[in-house]
Amino acid sequence: MTERISTDDVAHVARLARLELGPEELESFTSQLGAVLDHAADLDSLDLDGVEPTAHPLPLSNALRADEVGPTLDPDEVLAAAPAVEDGQFRVPPVLGEAP
Amino acid sequence: MSAVDLAASVRTGQRSARSVVEEYLEAIDAAEDRIHAFNLVMADEALEAADALDNRVASGEDPGPLAGVPVAAKDNLCTRGVPTTCGSLILENWRPPYDATVVKRLSAAGAVLVGKTNMDEFAMGSSTENSAFGPTRNPLANDRVPGGSSGGSAAAVAAGFAPLALGSDTGGSIRQPAALCGVVGVKPTYGLVSRYGLVAFASSLDQVGPFATTVADAALLLEAVGGHDPMDSTSIPEPLPGLVGVLEDGVDGLRIGVIEELSGDGLDGIASDVQARVTAAAEALSAAGATVEPTSVPSTVYGLSAYYVIAPAEASSNLARYDGVRYGLRVDAPSTPEMNTATRTAGFGDEVKRRIMLGTYALSAGYYDAYYLKAQKVRTLIADDLRRAYQQFDLLVCPTAPTTAFPLGEKTADPMLMYLNDVCTIPSNLAGHPAMSVPFGTGDDGLPVGVQVLAPAMAEPTMFRAAAVLEAAAVNGL
Repeated sequence: MTERISTDDVAHVARLARLELGPEELESFTSQLGAVLDHAADLDSLDLDGVEPTAHPLPLSNALRADEVGPTLDPDEVLAAAPAVEDGQFRVPPVLGEAP
Repeated sequence: MSAVDLAASVRTGQRSARSVVEEYLEAIDAAEDRIHAFNLVMADEALEAADALDNRVASGEDPGPLAGVPVAAKDNLCTRGVPTTCGSLILENWRPPYDATVVKRLSAAGAVLVGKTNMDEFAMGSSTENSAFGPTRNPLANDRVPGGSSGGSAAAVAAGFAPLALGSDTGGSIRQPAALCGVVGVKPTYGLVSRYGLVAFASSLDQVGPFATTVADAALLLEAVGGHDPMDSTSIPEPLPGLVGVLEDGVDGLRIGVIEELSGDGLDGIASDVQARVTAAAEALSAAGATVEPTSVPSTVYGLSAYYVIAPAEASSNLARYDGVRYGLRVDAPSTPEMNTATRTAGFGDEVKRRIMLGTYALSAGYYDAYYLKAQKVRTLIADDLRRAYQQFDLLVCPTAPTTAFPLGEKTADPMLMYLNDVCTIPSNLAGHPAMSVPFGTGDDGLPVGVQVLAPAMAEPTMFRAAAVLEAAAVNGL
């Protein structure tokens, strides 16, 4: 078992990512993620002082188009793909507090 | 028959699009049970589209450069009203309200979409074993994987289910399955092909590209789907370089480097039979007039580690949208936060969960500098190293995949072992450069080996010239 990431860490990121893990999954994911992070430790040997990070391969900045009205997605077609809809809107369970 | 010849015969009225499509649908019927290349075969829609094309030809119209050519599309390319699953339970019944730009361009070029191909869930994998709908099998050896994540597209072309297919390549997901299935696979320059309607995995790396049985067919398909798209803000606003017209130009006078760090001598894990084919490819290019010599591109070996931080980080953000609210699966629960968690827990498979958690971790407070920022700096090193190499060389060459197709189940228990498949393909994604895999003979097991040709951004024409030379040499048994 690696020490790079603990089961507590994995439980924490699972909560952040809205995933629920059983006890066995927590163990196996922790060990698998640890193996990937162990491999990534080869980057520690590189001298990265003064190296700028790259977030994107292209030197493009904002790509703007003319502000003209064009066709948009059909609302009925979009809502047809939703799990629950009411009055032309997405319907969800209560976000805060108790269900009515 | 090649796609080039099929399109020519349909355009001139020698052959009906219906007869072409029927022939491929029969091939699918005969062997799809064994291969499982498709999540959906669109037989009725394809025949209808073929009849419409035949009517246009009869009335004197030219349906376009892909007239009547059946094409299979990876199941992460949006097709309006037609299920687009990404190999995931979370999108099992989703029908997109729009077409991806590449799907529209296929249709505008006269191509006929015959089906949606199986893939590793959300394109995360190198064997197509991570599909929620079961694995695809390699058509050349059914106990072997087809590679991944675009394994369904590679298998469809290799099995003769379609002469052409589209896939997506984030870290090798077109080139590696092309190599393992013995077909041509191309990852274009980042921004050359629109990503509008490609379901996002890692947005700064994802790129759509062609599979074909020949280099010329791959050029034809790339010309049809590539070029600027105002719907994709990362689309390169320049004309698409011509490819079909340069295929005969050869490599005489080109300077080609063989990447030492990604070859058998420099990297453990490159099988000797694969390395032998890369050496033979270098000799073939040299015999055709290129200057070929080994060269060092030292940081490329660090691509794997950088990629498996950057790609999961971007994925963890992109896949936050699957929350059970607007589309896809919803697992009911008393509150929205519980519904989000129940939906994602039931809807995502293990590999997707692993990458989401890895990415969330790499981006989280306290680890951002140690993992994500460091990986982004390594991305700069790799791009700089490749830029330096391209001051000396027009093209670079290395293996596509470390081995030939491996048995199903061999690497599923060890994610890190699976990730090692991508070591030679990842650097091009990190730099945004084009690269392609060309079948070049077989390994000791008789299964295909792919040789990878890498080029600087927008140098697809030079890359295709070398690919055509390799193809001709392979046909001659070199």
